[in-house]
Amino acid sequence: VSARAGSTADEPGDRAVDAKARMRVQAPASRRRLTVVGRQELGPYRVLRLADPDGPVPQPGQFAMLAAVQEWGGGADERPYLPRAFSIARWRGGEADYLLEDVGPGTHRLCELQAGEEVWVLGPLGNGFALPDSGRRAILVGGGVGIAPLAILQDVLAQRQPTTDPSPNDSSTTPAEPSTTPADSSTTPAEPSTTPADSSTTPAEPSTTPADSSTTPAEPSTTPANPSTDDGFTVLLGFRDGARAEGAALLDGARVATDDGSVGHDGLVTDLLAEELDRGDAGAGAGQQPPTVYACGPAPMLEAVRALCTARQVPAQLALESGMACGFGACFGCVVPRRGGGYLRVCLDGPVIDAAMLDSVDAHAGAPA
Amino acid sequence: LTVHLCGLELAHPIVNASGTFDLIAADAAFGESLRTDFPFAAFVSKTITLEPRHGNPPPRLWESPAGLINSIGLPNKGLAGYLAEDLPALTALLAGIGTHAPVPLITNVMGSTAAEIGQLLGACEERAEIAAVELNVSCPNVSTGLDIGADPALLRAVLREVRPALSKPLIVKLTPNTADVAACAQAAEEGGADAVSLINTLRAMALAPSAGARSSADLRGAARSRADTAPRPAGSEPVGVPWLGGTTGGLSGPAIRPVALAQVAAVAARVSLPVIGMGGVQSSRHAQDLLDVGATLVAIGSESFRDPAAGARIARGL
Repeated sequence: VSARAGSTADEPGDRAVDAKARMRVQAPASRRRLTVVGRQELGPYRVLRLADPDGPVPQPGQFAMLAAVQEWGGGADERPYLPRAFSIARWRGGEADYLLEDVGPGTHRLCELQAGEEVWVLGPLGNGFALPDSGRRAILVGGGVGIAPLAILQDVLAQRQPTTDPSPNDSSTTPAEPSTTPADSSTTPAEPSTTPADSSTTPAEPSTTPADSSTTPAEPSTTPANPSTDDGFTVLLGFRDGARAEGAALLDGARVATDDGSVGHDGLVTDLLAEELDRGDAGAGAGQQPPTVYACGPAPMLEAVRALCTARQVPAQLALESGMACGFGACFGCVVPRRGGGYLRVCLDGPVIDAAMLDSVDAHAGAPA
Repeated sequence: LTVHLCGLELAHPIVNASGTFDLIAADAAFGESLRTDFPFAAFVSKTITLEPRHGNPPPRLWESPAGLINSIGLPNKGLAGYLAEDLPALTALLAGIGTHAPVPLITNVMGSTAAEIGQLLGACEERAEIAAVELNVSCPNVSTGLDIGADPALLRAVLREVRPALSKPLIVKLTPNTADVAACAQAAEEGGADAVSLINTLRAMALAPSAGARSSADLRGAARSRADTAPRPAGSEPVGVPWLGGTTGGLSGPAIRPVALAQVAAVAARVSLPVIGMGGVQSSRHAQDLLDVGATLVAIGSESFRDPAAGARIARGL
């Protein structure tokens, strides 16, 4: 683990892209050939589980580049050619979960994969989320398939909780394995001194969804939902419709909004965020720190989150998506405009970027990926 | 597998194509793992210009059939920033890689006039850390608008003017977007080049996808404005809009491999200079093909995007 504060900045004379050091676990400098060990349907989404016994334990918010070993190419318009970037949605015991939605030739091929098939994986890549300082509440805001990195973030935040939760202690399902990470870096004062035994707040497993696939290893489905608002973090998720809202099962204890009103709040997830932030303002005692917002989702959602948080002077960390060829700073293709001029490379300076670094979040996705 | 290029001794014939591998960024991403099995026998920097450049506005990439169109726009810190910041960092990284000697650094530069190019070469001449210079001549001439490297007479004249500024090996990176690449290579030889490299990317274009195709991609998930779901009035959608922020870009990847083989063969047959061949190489077989038609070195570009260890894999297989 190394904390890097903008040392990769490419802007002339700029050595400090990011005021807050972020956690980066370095990847092996070669793609790994991994095997699919599970796939699960969550509405229209797929959870792809890969055995990655030798892979580094990622930090929440990091991503990987994925490509099927067989039949990568020759799809629609003779694509895909390049690997595709996906947030690491969960890490548990040498297995990584990725949340997919079939929106183009690359994601289509990955969604087809069955247990036993193989995937090229390069990662973990990028700078992940900086965990909140102790005493700061975290608000996790996700939209659509962008909820993925919030799941592993929730896993890690849950492990930081005091062990007052009555749920059974089952270390075999410990997510994200922070105890194996040299997370005692002095650059992350809020990093937990979490021990392996401190897993009593095990988050809900994906298997709590009714759409459970038989290829997914059985997990205890009796894990109680985490009470979210009173123990350090709140989860707000938005989806286009009721079918996609099944993706909310990836996280635990989420408040859900749907565009079509079929599940949860009838409206935008940012309505829920505004409500949370304004309630927090009203209820905050003197000296209480504002929450930190962690968001990932489509660009219009992230822009709304950025604007809401900026107006209220609430720090926000946005996990951005951008079309990229490489994932490790080589192609310079994934840039977003940086406040003050120039560009940030999403793969290298992000994907998690402080909202304060951006004037806005603009959508410029390409052809369906 | 040891090869010699203009007096440089290289451990094997595989190098990187300029602008396809940022060593400083890769060190942040991979650290020690990159240094223990470094993919390239020499490292070629991205293009350095006299003044800093932010690069082109996004979008910068388009995945095409078996390839990639990029419109990056040569972002770099400018000559002064390169010399002050990147050159020391690259030198330190490369010194830690070579098993016997450090991996040589080739600095790629581009200027739009002979005076600019001369200034860039002169600066490289003074820095011992730079083993050789690669000159990117895919730059429009300020008076004619034509790429310097696309016009043999202009290329020859420019090279003759700037060549005295550099005693180190000078590699000229030819453009494939010309009527007769072998004639350009010959002009480079006559102008004083010590080697030529090719092919650069082929000029290419992509149009923005229709709103129907876009909706499933960039509006994935939820939480967008409901107005986006309202049907658009028929005929309101603009058509023929270039996708890339730079309007056109350069095509790379396996799609251009047969073109590269033809151009490398034509150039190697015409000139007596060493040739660095590149274009869509994904395997040792592809690299061997370029060597077989006369290349001395082979550069890996887009394949490194798919796997940063591609160069090492290809070198091992030769």
